[in-house]
Order: sequence, then structure tokens, then C-alpha cells
Amino acid sequence: MDMTQAIILTIITAATPLLLAAIGELVVERSGVLNLGVEGMMIMGAVAAFAIAQLTGSAGLGAIGGLVSGMLFSLLFGFLTLTLVANQVATGLALTILGLGLSGMIGESFIGLPGLKLAAIEIPLLSDIPFIGRVLFSQDPIFYTSIIAVFGVSWFLFKSRAGLRLRAIGDNHSSAHALGINVVRTRYLAVMFGGACAGLAGAHLSIVYTPQWVENMTAGRGWIALALVVFASWRPGRALIGAYLFGAVSIGQLFAQSRGIGIPSQLLSALPYLATIAVLVIISLNRRMTLINTPASLGKSFVPER
Amino acid sequence: MRIELQKRDGVSTLFAVLSPFVALGLTLIAGVILFVALGKDPVAALYSFFIEPLTEIWSLHELAIKAAPLILIAVGLSVCFRSNNWNIGAEGQFIIGAMAGSILPVVFHGWQSPLVLPLMIVFAMIGGAAYAAIPAFLKARLNTNEILTSLMLVYVAQLFLDWTVRGPWRNPEGFNFPETRNFHDYAVLPRIIETGKTHWGFGFALIAAIVLWFVMRRTLKGFEITVLGQSARAGRFAGFSDKKMVYFAFLLSGALAGLAGMAEVSGSIEQLRPVISPGYGFTAIIVAFLGRLNPLGIVAAGLVLALTYLGGEAAQISIGITDKVTRLFQGLLLFFVLGCDTLIHYRIRLVFGAAQKGSAA
Repeated sequence: MDMTQAIILTIITAATPLLLAAIGELVVERSGVLNLGVEGMMIMGAVAAFAIAQLTGSAGLGAIGGLVSGMLFSLLFGFLTLTLVANQVATGLALTILGLGLSGMIGESFIGLPGLKLAAIEIPLLSDIPFIGRVLFSQDPIFYTSIIAVFGVSWFLFKSRAGLRLRAIGDNHSSAHALGINVVRTRYLAVMFGGACAGLAGAHLSIVYTPQWVENMTAGRGWIALALVVFASWRPGRALIGAYLFGAVSIGQLFAQSRGIGIPSQLLSALPYLATIAVLVIISLNRRMTLINTPASLGKSFVPER
Repeated sequence: MRIELQKRDGVSTLFAVLSPFVALGLTLIAGVILFVALGKDPVAALYSFFIEPLTEIWSLHELAIKAAPLILIAVGLSVCFRSNNWNIGAEGQFIIGAMAGSILPVVFHGWQSPLVLPLMIVFAMIGGAAYAAIPAFLKARLNTNEILTSLMLVYVAQLFLDWTVRGPWRNPEGFNFPETRNFHDYAVLPRIIETGKTHWGFGFALIAAIVLWFVMRRTLKGFEITVLGQSARAGRFAGFSDKKMVYFAFLLSGALAGLAGMAEVSGSIEQLRPVISPGYGFTAIIVAFLGRLNPLGIVAAGLVLALTYLGGEAAQISIGITDKVTRLFQGLLLFFVLGCDTLIHYRIRLVFGAAQKGSAA
């Protein structure tokens, strides 16, 4: 394996959890719900995946466990914001705080244990293609899932009836309700999808990226995923590009740190966060594009009239 | 079974008062379940968590010391949240305030004068406000999402502090430990009473809470904050500027967070270290909501949340459960607070059996 391949592979590994979490949140926000708890769902996915992989000896079961726990955790958010119409911003923050606390407790006995790594799946024939085969077709299943999710969500949102309904709810929940669409049920499903994606993204961190459990190991990736959704102006294809740009930035800074070029390591570590701010600023310079794409009901509570 | 909400005609004053207490009660019940699940005696655990820290004079002082930054930050945040500005980067403004406040005792440590402490306070408030001005400017000018920018700046501030303390500000006589020199006597915040450790940070917190309570209740500014928070459009008709309010809310909360940071390093730590906060800036968000965004309620809520920090430490020592429980309790508490607040505006009805599509839907 040559140097270029190695670099591309690490970029892919860094980008996959960002992409998955962003795609999940993108669907949630398209339905008009702002779930700021991505970081919390992700860390729950990470700790659950690590713990289940340890206890069962199967990293595959760990990945599924991460997905399911992210989804279950998102139901807490759903219950509060959709059933009890609590403030979405505050509830999302609560989900993050709770997730960081709960995962710290669950993970305490797993600190320092060597983790299990999810095995790569080599796709027959395709993995034999020179260069591309090793990079794209000999990857872990979560990477394949993330790519399928991009195309699947893209098709769902813009080509399917259910996706049209979901977008209608996101743009005007009162009209959608008047048309007989079940707003709350659709939003529950969207929130659960977002939770599952964030959980799987977290699982990727603890059983693929760095197979171990470290407290707060998501390190703000959930928040970066939220920024990616804005960057992508709620379009899955652009989320893919954004996630890989961020993957490149974070790998670039790690690479620079290991080379020891005279820049303080803290400044390099701050780069992904500074890049997030820069990206948000650049996107908001084009106000019209943001206005057109932002789901109009985003963050607003909905109480069906009876 | 389904849950249905029915809008109340007005606001339920009963639940407006009761909801924080219901939330606390539910958190305690969750605590009992948790401790039983961990195989601990729940009574002993709750005792050491919530009562034990209140039984000794020195721990009451600890409580005040921990509550001070929480209250200071949360009263600032209450203005933000009421005016619909989501500053969640108070942790970063706390750090930058602490650093700005430390310039005099660390860099100019030779200058020892009674002027140092007042200047440290001014520097800290300017530092915190300046750091909060970044998301405020981006929001007011470009409509950039302030939640994400203010949060990202927390990570940047943490890394900046880490670099400063390990690099240019490291104590030259400190055997290479990553910490600055100790503050000289003129830079240390005095105690309120001689016999206990509580420093003036707690005094600042009470003053800030009372002043802001007055502003919110009795002045036009308070009215402006509330109106713009509920409807920016209505506020504009009244002649208020929502852009100016963005700056006002962020600069005020940033200055108070900066002051909290300075009080913490000057009153408690007496030097800068790579980590100076156990997440006060985030916990203050919970304090603000538990206090129902009311400055006086926030004083009480700050003491409650400070108790969870102390309780976590106490429970770790006496019954051997991890102090991570603290974070868990704090998160649960916020959840219950937000859930209970629904009762203020809605009646909750449980509907049993199948949904009657015709009438209910």
C-alpha cells in the first residue's frame, strides 16, 4: 500500500462518522425538528458498541448495539419535544449532557481495555481493481452503510412520496397536518432515524476508528455534524462533500502534528473547530441559498389542534 | 394509551412555581432507581449525595464557592435565552475571562498594588465579553447560527488555555509543571468572612442576580428583552432592535462568564492550569432552566447544582460510586425540568384504548 492510499484511507475513516451523523440529522431537520443532541446520541452509540463488543466478543453485534442505543436514546428527545412539546434547543442540549454523563458511567469499567475492531469486508472482484479497490471496496461495513445512506436518503427525500411528505411537514407543519399527514408520527420516525445514524457513527469511533473506550471520545464531532448539515444546505450530496473536507482537515492536522512542524499542536487541534466556524460563516454569506433550503418549520413545536 | 396535550387558557401559576420542585423530586426517584440498580443502599447513597455536604460548615463554604460561577454565568444566560439568543459557549467565555484576568498577576507579576484586583475584574469582563462578541457579530451581521459558533469557540478556548499554560505563561520556577506562577497577595480575591473559604465570587453572583432581577422586572430594558425573545417582529414594531439585543445579550453574558472565570482562578485556584473548570459553563445552562430563567430562582438553582458537584465527590468517597453520577444527575434534572415545564402551558391527558380517529385526531 503506498502513501497516497494510506492517506485516503485515513481520511475516509475520519469522515465516515461525521457523514453518518450528518445524514441522520439532515433527515431530522428536513422534518422540521432541530435535535442538538447528536453529540449525546453519538457518545451513547460509542459506549454501547464498545461494551457490547466486549461482552459478546463480536464487533458486529457491537455495531448493531450502537445503532440501537442511539435510536433508543433519541426517543427520549422525541418524547420531550414531540409529545410534551418542550423547547427543542434546550432538550437537545439536555440530551447531550445526559449522554456524556451516562456514557461516562457505563464506560468507566472499560477504560484501558483493548477493543475489538470491526473487520473489513472485501467486495469480490471490485476489491481487486488497482488502487481504487483497496481504498473503496475493502472497507468496514459502516463505511459502506454511510455511502448507501447518502444515496438512500437522497432518493427518499427527493424521489419518494414519503420523502415528499416529510419535507412538507418540515416546511409547514400546520398545512401538512391539514392535509391529513400525521406530523408527530413522521417526526418520531425521523428522530429515530437520526438517532440510529448518530449511534452507528459513535460505534464507528469506538470499534473502527480507535478501537477503545475513552471518555468524551466524540470530542465535538456531533456538533461538527450539525454544522455540516447547515453547510450542506440540507442536501445529502453536499453533506458527503463536507464530511470528506472535514475528514481531510482533521487528518491533515494530525499529520502535521506528527511531523512536528513548528506550529503548536494545540493550534492544529483547534483547526477542525475553526474550520467549522469558517464554513458556517461562508455559508451564511449567501443568505438567499440558506433561506431557500432551510426547512421553514425548523425548531418550531407542533401541537395538533383538536 | 396515548398522551394528549390541551392548551391552558393562560399560564398555570401553580405549575410555574411547582415545576422545578416536581423535576427535583423526579430526579431523586431516578436516583433511587439508579442506586438500587448499582447495588447500593439508596438511602445511604442519597444521604451522602444530597445531605452530607450540608452538614459541615466547611462544606457549606465549598457549596458557595461552587455555586458562585454557576449563578454568575446562569443569570447572564437567562437574559440570552429569554431574548432567544442561544449562547452555549459560556464555558469558553469563562476561560478567556479567566485568562484576561490573569494577565496582570502572571505577566506583570512585579507590579503589586491594590489597583491590580479591580483591573483584573475589568480585564476579565472585557475578555469574556469580547469572546462572546464573536458569535454575536456573526449572528447579527451574517445570520450565522450562534449555537454552533459559540460552542466551537469553547474547544478553541480550551486549547488556547492549554497552550498558554504549557508555553509562554508557564511558571519559570515551577519545575516544568504546566501551570502559571501563583498569584501574589494583591491578586487574590478576598474572603467574605474571615473564618470561611467563601470568596467574593459568591458576593458578585448575588449582586448580579439582584441587579438583573430588578432590570428584568422593573425596567424597559427587561421588557425589551422579553418582547424580542417572544417575537422579534412584535419587538421591531415597538421600536426595539433585535440586532442590538443580540449584542446586548451576548456581551452581558460573556462579561459575567468572564467575571466568573476570574473569580474562580483568583479566589479558588490562585493560578492558571490547563483545566480550570469542571464544565461550569454547561452546567449553568441547567441552572438557568431550573431557575426558570428568573435571576432569583437561579440563585436557588445554582446552589442545587453546586450540591450535585459536592455530592458526587462525597458519594465517591463514602459509598464508592463513580463521580460520573454527577453529570448523569445534572442531565436527568434538565430533562425533568423541561418536561415539567410543559405543565405550565398545557394540561396533559392520558387517553386510554384505541384512538377515536373522528374526535381525537
